[in-house]
Formats: sequence, structure tokens, C-alpha cells
Amino acid sequence: MPQGIKDKVAILGMGCSRFGERWDASPEDLMVEAYNEAMTDAGITPEQLDAAWFSTHMEDVGTGRGGIPMGIALRLPNIGVTRVENFCAGGSEAVRAAVYAVASGACDIAIALGVEKLKDTGYGGLPVATVGTYIPQWYPAAVAPANFAQLAAAYRAKHGVDAATLKRAISHVSVKSHANGAKNPKAHLRKEITIEQCLNAPTIAQPLGLFDCCGVSDGAAAVIVTRPEIAREMGKKDLVTFKALQLAVSNGWEMSGSEWDGSYVHTARIASRKAYAEAGIKNPREEISMTEVHDCFSITELVTMEDLGLSDEGGAVRDVLDGKFDADGAIPCQIDGGLKCFGHPVGASGIRMLYEMYLQLQGRAGDRQLANPRTGLIHNLGGQPNQNVCSISIVGREGE
Amino acid sequence: MTIGITGYGVYIPRLRLSRKAVVEANAWFAPNLKGKGRGHRSMANWDEDAITMAVAAARDAMPESVNRQAIAKVMLASENLPFAERLNAGILAGALRLADDVVASDLSGAQSIALSSLAQAVSAAKADAENSLLVAASHRRSRAASPQELDYADGAAALTVGTENVIAEVLASASLTTDFVDHFRLQGEDVDYHWEERWVRDEGIAKLGPKSVNAALEKAGIKAADVNHFIFPSVFKKADAQLAKRCGIDDSAVVDNFAAELGDCGTAHGLMMLASVLESAEPGQIIVVSQFGSGCNTVVLRVTDAIKTFKPAVGFAAQLATSQEETSYTRFLAYKGQLKLERGMRGEQDKKTALSTSYRHHKSLLGFVAGRCTESGDVHFPPSRISYTQGKPLQDTQEPYCLADKHGKILSWSAEYLSSYMAPPHQYGQVDFIGGGRLLMEFTDVGPGDIDSGIEVEMVFRVKDIDELRGYKRYFWKAKPVSYNTADSSAAAE
Repeated sequence: MPQGIKDKVAILGMGCSRFGERWDASPEDLMVEAYNEAMTDAGITPEQLDAAWFSTHMEDVGTGRGGIPMGIALRLPNIGVTRVENFCAGGSEAVRAAVYAVASGACDIAIALGVEKLKDTGYGGLPVATVGTYIPQWYPAAVAPANFAQLAAAYRAKHGVDAATLKRAISHVSVKSHANGAKNPKAHLRKEITIEQCLNAPTIAQPLGLFDCCGVSDGAAAVIVTRPEIAREMGKKDLVTFKALQLAVSNGWEMSGSEWDGSYVHTARIASRKAYAEAGIKNPREEISMTEVHDCFSITELVTMEDLGLSDEGGAVRDVLDGKFDADGAIPCQIDGGLKCFGHPVGASGIRMLYEMYLQLQGRAGDRQLANPRTGLIHNLGGQPNQNVCSISIVGREGE
Repeated sequence: MTIGITGYGVYIPRLRLSRKAVVEANAWFAPNLKGKGRGHRSMANWDEDAITMAVAAARDAMPESVNRQAIAKVMLASENLPFAERLNAGILAGALRLADDVVASDLSGAQSIALSSLAQAVSAAKADAENSLLVAASHRRSRAASPQELDYADGAAALTVGTENVIAEVLASASLTTDFVDHFRLQGEDVDYHWEERWVRDEGIAKLGPKSVNAALEKAGIKAADVNHFIFPSVFKKADAQLAKRCGIDDSAVVDNFAAELGDCGTAHGLMMLASVLESAEPGQIIVVSQFGSGCNTVVLRVTDAIKTFKPAVGFAAQLATSQEETSYTRFLAYKGQLKLERGMRGEQDKKTALSTSYRHHKSLLGFVAGRCTESGDVHFPPSRISYTQGKPLQDTQEPYCLADKHGKILSWSAEYLSSYMAPPHQYGQVDFIGGGRLLMEFTDVGPGDIDSGIEVEMVFRVKDIDELRGYKRYFWKAKPVSYNTADSSAAAE
């Protein structure tokens, strides 16, 4: 059993750009916005950065490849910049790399930054990704909404949930996220919506309607990490530290065998179980104060509650409808609006989730501040239900 | 040695275009066609062409009991083969997983070509006792508001020919070749140009037809009066009956050409009608098939006692009866490539095919061959060196395992309106194969409400993508429901 990361690394500073249709901003501008805030928050100068990790997914419509775009945009002092890409979980991967670098002692201070510029494609939704030369010859040219919508079909079949009840539950997920996002000045979508609007919206991928799908946004987010003793030396108080960083990646089992029933995300169950062990969490329903999960689609959030063990198997529909994950519920989810409303600039999303946990744990979340949160869980999923990467991070107050 | 037909099959697309819808849409321009606005014609889906229909007809003609490895020769006849360069019959052979040493050839040029390929198959059987597969497929284009648009149909028919278990002996064939140009089309052109019907009837069919039919009957030693079934496909009304009369064949022997509810499948239509006859033929009956085109070819057959031992996988009558009415004329035009739809920016995605990749995996892509682990029994597509079985990543234990003839059950699915797709909503989902294997597959021949978890699906060979930039098509297998729930179309509103 490895030692794990618990309390070995603290957050020194964070920043996040305003998310949305940033017609005004280039990817470089977005990076600068997040970087400036993070550097100010950390109270350091560029020379103090030892290394950087850079997350961006669709380089062809955004920044271009490699670590150079970040190095040039931020005029970094010729430190190492490494691009990481792991689908929608790339942001969490950049954080993991920076945290490990600091924990090893190889670096004292490292930065992880994620950015995505999705609104220069000329159309709504995610750009069509390339997948090599073989897969397109046999695999359907599937789009994300239909990949995730299949969770609904399989979930219904498995648990005997009727279409109307499930639709109502996933609509509740979106209504809640819109209510939360309305309170977040940096969020992409800031209007509250009603259940009826959700139910009557145009279909994107059956049974998902327009309001079941997250926004496609431009944005950037950054985190600067160090070891707790260095942070304390710099006068930082109320440190937020990493309790667990886990990543599970599909190996083809879901796609090839017939054991997986299609109603949940296999890797999320593995990664969360390992993360709880790493963080020393025995009863997540009691010990997790809040979550930021990868709500790319409303159905994803619903099944994730079961994958994380926050709902019983087959019980998420009831829990969601009962408001367990609402802002005033037992375990608030997407208190910042989530992917749904804060937005989903792919490479930045994992760091954006961390940003909200950090603000909440430091009591700096403004109108949406929760009462005394102690531990936050970040679930950052990339890929699709049948083949994916799932990152689970747990952060909390130092020493708790 | 008895030489003749050992099996038969057809493919009729599920879509049937309403002729009323066509003539009404074109009434402003071609009011003269109003009288032809009755019944339906078969219509290929957007992902079908002469090759995919040929594969389907061949599969119908070769149920599981047929040993495909025994086919030595495969001939694909069509007036509209997709590739001018790249052996179309080679794609057919690959999809059917025929033996690597099969002799494959493309045939085209006249609608009578299917019958000359039958004569070639007979020669091959005579010389080397070889088994042949001949398939004719028709996927013609026609101009909007033309009579051909209403008369023509899409479909395919297949015969196996050999010396064992012959169900219809080929008694004789006669070929008549002459440059009688009733219609033509240059390479690279889309549609045929036709000469006057009266001239074709009087100078062509009436004079050349009897020569060919009589020559064949004479060679076979059969009297015209003894013919039980006379097959002569023609879009001209009564042309078949008139020719029968000229040849002394009884009017009651003239076989229905299914003009009303199917239309005319060009090169494939003679074999299509032959299949319709063979489905209910009795031992001893005499069948004459004659087809016009740059001359006229005729074959005389005698049904054997073995006729009752063969059944196609689905057959003509069942496929004719399984239909989905299409009333959208613009859908027909779009599927025939005659209407340029605004496909949006998502339709701009490059569909370039890496040919080296295709060839590396050609057995899997064309033949739908997966890998089955000899130790765990788990089935993997695509085949891989390391098996996916949890906890048992066995290496190099997979053997070829074909999924094409397996059925599956839908585990999960969705129907989306986001991607650029010719038959929205685009429906796909995970299919669990009975006997092992799982794949995310596209569903085809489906509309809203046809798909749900648990539904049983079968595999069909279809066009996967069209690379319009370079003029290339790639093919793969898709899933379609084994049966359709016709009662409840409201299930779409999940």
C-alpha cells in the first residue's frame, strides 16, 4: 500500500477566468486571466515557479500543441512546461502532476493551468474529434450526448425506472445547477430554469434535452501548489491540502465483455474507492461535505452519486428528487453551477472544480458559501461511459 | 452430371417510395406522369448501394447450411457499381468471407448481363465442377420527374450454381448480342438516355426476343407450350405477355414482374423474378428467363425434386411484404445524391480512409471477424493480441470468430439530432452478441421508436462513410432490428 498524498501538498493560490462565450478573449488572454489571479492569490513572482503543467484538449481549435503555448502566453522564465491531455479529465491530470512534483521534493512550487477555447469553431457543441485511422472505420461517429444518454437507457432497464420519473430526476439535477450557477459571477449560464423548461426542451440525444447538456465554454483555471511547510513559511493560514488523487482508466472491459451493464461508470467506482482509502475516509456520506462532479450531462451526475457511494445503488433518483444534492441538501453538488452552468472549457474543468472547493474551504465563496465545509470531492471524467478516464480528488483543511 | 441452380436469394430494401408522393411533388412540372402515381417502388437507404445489396442478396441465398468456402467463382453484375476502379466483387467476396482463391469479377454494360453470367457459371460447372455465386444488384439513378424514377427500383438477387443439390437444372441458354441501343449511358454520366418506347417494342423486343427465346427452347428440346413460367422483365406494359405470345408460350405462364409494389430492379430483375418463382415452384416445371439488353439472353430451367430442400434465409415473398412506406420525395432525391442538403459544419468532417489501415484489418472490417479467446471463450472486437478479460490478460489466445451472422441484444442506446446524419435521428448503442462479444454499433433501417434496450438485432453490411472529397466509400456492419414494433410508434417520445 503506497503512502498516498494526504496532507503532503497544499494549495498556495488559485485563479479562474470568467467562463462563457468569450468572443473577446483568445486562449492566451484566458490563460493570463487565470494566471494573474492565481499568482496574486499565491503572492509569488514568476521566478518562484519551478515547473508547470498545462492541460488543453482540443489543441487544433485552441492553443496548438505542446507546452510552448503556455510558456509563451505567460512569458514563463524558461521553466519546464509539460502539456497533459486526458480527455475532459486533463485539468485534474495537470494538478496531479504538479502535486506529485512538489510532494517528491523535486519542485518547491509548481503551477497547473488548464485552458480551452471552444467557441472559435463556428458551431455549438464540442468539435468533432479525430480518433486515429482505424477506429473511424468501424466505430460509430458518436457524439458525447448520445454516448452519455445511453446511461439512461441502461439505468432504466436495470432498475425498472419509468422514462418519466428518470426524466424528472435528471431535470431536477439541471434545475439545481442553474440555481447554483445564477449565484456565480464567473459562470457561463446564470439564469434559473424550471422543471417544465427542462421537460419541454428540444431533444438533443434521447432522453437528453437541451437543458440536460452542459455548456460548451471558453475558459481557463490555474492552481499553484507547494508543500505545507513552505506555505506556512510564506504566512499562509487555513491551508487547503490534498487528501487523495486517484485516476482509473478503462482497459476495454466495458466495451468488450458483457458483464458491465452500461448503467454506471466502472472507473468512477474504482477511483473513488481508492481515493476514500487514500484520504482515510470510512463513511463518505458523513465525511464528504460537498462535491464537484463531472456533470457533462444530467444523467451523468445522477449515476455518479451511486458510483461515489453517496447514494445506494438504484437510489439516486430518489435522493436527487429529495434534494439531497441541492445547495441546502445533505451533500451539495455543483455549488458553483458545475459543468452545466459554470461551463465546460474541457482542459480547464478539473481545475475549475478544485477552484470552487478551495474557495468553499477557505470561506471565500461569496453568495454561495456553504456553512463550514470540511472536505470536498472532485470527480472529473473524460471519455464516455464505455471507455473513459476518471479522476477523483479529495481536498480538505490541513490536518483534518 | 446435373448442372444448375443450387440456391437463390434476394434483397429488397425495406423502404418503399410512394409513387403518389413523387407525382404530386412533380405535378407542377410533369402533370403527364400523374397516371403513374400508383403503388410503390423499392428505395435503397442512404447507406445502401449495389455492393451492400449484393451482399444482402448473397447472404439470403446462402443460409448457414451452405459451405461458402466451396464457392470458386463470384460474379457481380450491375449497371451501377460504386467503384470504377477497385474490384466491387472483391468487396462482396470479403464481406461474405469467401475463400482467398475465389475468382471474382465485375460485370456490367447491359441488363442481360446477369443471364450471361449464369451461362458462364454453367460453363465453369461443366468444365471443373466449380461452384459459382452470381449476384446482380441494381441501384440506378434517374432524373427527377422522369418515368424511370417511378418505374425503377433498387434491389438485388443472387444464385448459387453448381453440380450438387441442384434445384433447377439449366437445360440450355441462348445469347443474342447486337448493338440495339434502346438506352445508353457514358462512363461518368449519372442517368440513362432512352429512345422511343414504340421502336424498342416493335423493332427490339418483338424481333430479337423471339429469336433468343426460341433458340434456347430449341437447344433445350422443350416445346413452348410446355413452359410453366415465363420471365421477361420490362418496364413496358404487357411486353412480357406479347413476347410470350410471339413465342407460343401460354399467357398463364407469364410471371408477375411486381411493377406495382416493387418496380423494376434492372440488371437484377430477371433473377429477382426467378427467385419469386422458385419459392413456390414444383418439381418438373419448366422456367424460361429472358432478359433484354444489347441483344437478348435466355435461359431454360427445369425444376428438380430437390427444390423442396432449399429455403433462402428470408426469401422474396417475405421481403416484399416487409416494408416501410416512404412518402418523402426529397428523402429519395437526397439518398440518390440528387439533392444537396445543407449538412452544417458538422458535415464537413474529413472522412479520409487510411487504406493501409483498412487492409491491415480487412478481415475484421469486411468480414466482421472478431477474436475469440480459446481459454476464456470471451469474444473481442476488434481482435487484439491481449484479451480484455478482467484479471486474465491472456496473450495471443484469440482465434477468428465471425459476428456477421450472430444476433445481438441492445444493452443501451440513444437517438441524437446533433451529428450530421442522412437519416436523423442518428441511432446507435451497445450491442451484446448472443454467444459473446459487445460492440457500440450504428442502427440502420430504423426510425424513432424502433430501438429500445433488450431488442434483438441482426447484422447488415452497409456503407459506413462516404468521402466526398476524394470519392471513396468505406463499408462496415450495422445492426438492424430483427422485427419491428409496428403497433406503437409513440415509444419515440421516451
